[in-house]
Amino acid sequence: MKILVCISHVPDTTSKINFSEGDTKFDTNGVQFVINPNDEFGLTRAMWFKEKQGAEVTVVNVGGPETEPTLRKALAIGADAAIRVNTAASDGFSVAKQLANVFKDGGYDLVIAGRESIDYNGGMVPGMIAGLINANFVNNCINLEVDGTSAKAVREIDGGKETVSTTLPLVIGGQKGLVEESDLRIPNMRGIMMARKKPLSVIEPIEASAETTSVKFEKPAPKGAVKLVSADNLDELVDLLHNEAKVI
Amino acid sequence: MSVLVYTESEQGAFKKVALEVASYAKTVADQLGTTVTAVTINVDNASELGNYGVDKVLNISNDQLQSFNANGYAEAIKQAAEKEAAKVVVISSSADSKYLAPLLAVGLNAGYASNVIEAPSSTSPFTVKRTAFTNKAFEISQINTDVKIIGVSNNSFGLVENTGSASAEDFSPSLSDLGVQVESVDKATDKVTIADADVVVSGGRGLKGPENWGMIEELADVLGAATACSKPVSDLGWRPHSEHVGQTGKPVASNLYIAIGISGAIQHLAGVNASKVKVVINTDEEAPFFKAADYGVVGDAFDVVPQLIEKIKAFKAQQ
Ligand SMILES: Cc1cc2nc3c(=O)[nH]c(=O)nc-3n(C[C@H](O)[C@H](O)[C@H](O)COP(=O)(O)OP(=O)(O)OC[C@H]3O[C@@H](n4cnc5c(N)ncnc54)[C@H](O)[C@@H]3O)c2cc1C
Repeated sequence: MKILVCISHVPDTTSKINFSEGDTKFDTNGVQFVINPNDEFGLTRAMWFKEKQGAEVTVVNVGGPETEPTLRKALAIGADAAIRVNTAASDGFSVAKQLANVFKDGGYDLVIAGRESIDYNGGMVPGMIAGLINANFVNNCINLEVDGTSAKAVREIDGGKETVSTTLPLVIGGQKGLVEESDLRIPNMRGIMMARKKPLSVIEPIEASAETTSVKFEKPAPKGAVKLVSADNLDELVDLLHNEAKVI
Repeated sequence: MSVLVYTESEQGAFKKVALEVASYAKTVADQLGTTVTAVTINVDNASELGNYGVDKVLNISNDQLQSFNANGYAEAIKQAAEKEAAKVVVISSSADSKYLAPLLAVGLNAGYASNVIEAPSSTSPFTVKRTAFTNKAFEISQINTDVKIIGVSNNSFGLVENTGSASAEDFSPSLSDLGVQVESVDKATDKVTIADADVVVSGGRGLKGPENWGMIEELADVLGAATACSKPVSDLGWRPHSEHVGQTGKPVASNLYIAIGISGAIQHLAGVNASKVKVVINTDEEAPFFKAADYGVVGDAFDVVPQLIEKIKAFKAQQ
């Protein structure tokens, strides 16, 4: 089985979010970039397929040269090869078109992407890849097993979970639950050394227009101070929630 | 050319978000000087939609679509959009809508903006405001395609009543193989879910153990709320994963979020900040959550929560 794992290069979850150039660009100053957390669960599940079922794992990112350390990290975790599509990731649809193109050229059986990236939160890339390559799709995926060309997946639904069956080729939008958090891997020295020798190929993008454009960013207005209510006077809290906040 | 809205239902009845997206669609239709057509799937009675600005309803009854299927639903909505020559398609931000939206976008070759929180600020160019960086910022996004899909963030727009009545028409999309089959569903049907809830009561590691969740459930019960938890709580197995909220869990956009024994780490706040009113109960007055909260009680949950339950019961009894 050949697996393509899509890796989004995103600001670390604790990053302070700032904008530059008149609030039109995300300010990367002082920001640490990491593998998108949802993708990290997917990459780890791919490692499981590699170890248990002998799958071959390629990681891919659409982005400029600055994303290569993130791809190297994925190689150090155990992926066999990496591909970088050499163009700025401008919107979800255009990224999906580039990734669908990588899929078509590579003879993959399974594409593992994250449910959403934690920067733009578009939540559209995995489903769009599936639509573009005409593959089956399971979103919010929290478990996946593959047997030959059949797959069984569990997806999170509002208030519970659902087990589905489908066939390859398949795209999943993965998330926490796909593997145990304790199974997530930190690259060790050997992995880092080996990653240097693994292929990281840079391919040029296909023509793909951005269907949406970021015009500007805004930050939420600063919040007023919290109103503290004494633990001995919860009637006041009920009153505030009813008369002031009007939520009960 | 109308605005098309997909109005979600469960067991034949509309979900609250259906009325919210209908309200949103009406606003966009007014901006564009056109009408609203709603698509329903296996709904018993759609007349209520007229009260939210819908002019026409396309009712789909189809056994293949009895349980949600992203491919099948996307295909049905696509065919409805084509029939109506819709330029704008409005959907919600439920897990199901977010699942079908990208497939629909490919089908209609439409730009899709998710997590949209306001009516378009301009329709030419078509510009919407959406949340990004997990609620740490907003993005003003322009959709460039001829057909546009807007995913409206839950509880962001609210319900807007309109006087009117909707005409109804049956619509039968042609569907092929759905690709993904549901084998089994594991869901607590009697519980309010986080996505639909107006009020969410959430517990953190400060509750010390799963045996103490009785009071969280009781408080949720008296408020008609959904229960949620912080990440370590679900990691420790005290609560199911489906209750974990935050950046890597479920997003919360309720009217009221009550956080009990939760510190308010940045990853937790990111996912719950879209809630309108936040109440924090924590022993530690320095807990970061107090900076993000509207109301706070510095105190021991084991002392405060049982009292609060009694106070709210008394309040409800008076109403
Ligand atoms: C990549 C990444 C993603 C993450 N994603 C998420 C996410 O999506 N959601 C999430 O929640 N976390 C997430 N986290 C974890 C997050 O950083 C925090 O560790 C977590 O939110 C802390 O949970 P907590 O507040 O329940 O526990 P703690 O940090 O242990 O805090 C417990 C709180 O309870 C209070 N307390 C103790 N006893 C009582 C009492 N008797 N009465 C009242 N209060 C009491 C304490 O004062 C303390 O403030 C993520 C972390 C990382 C690294």
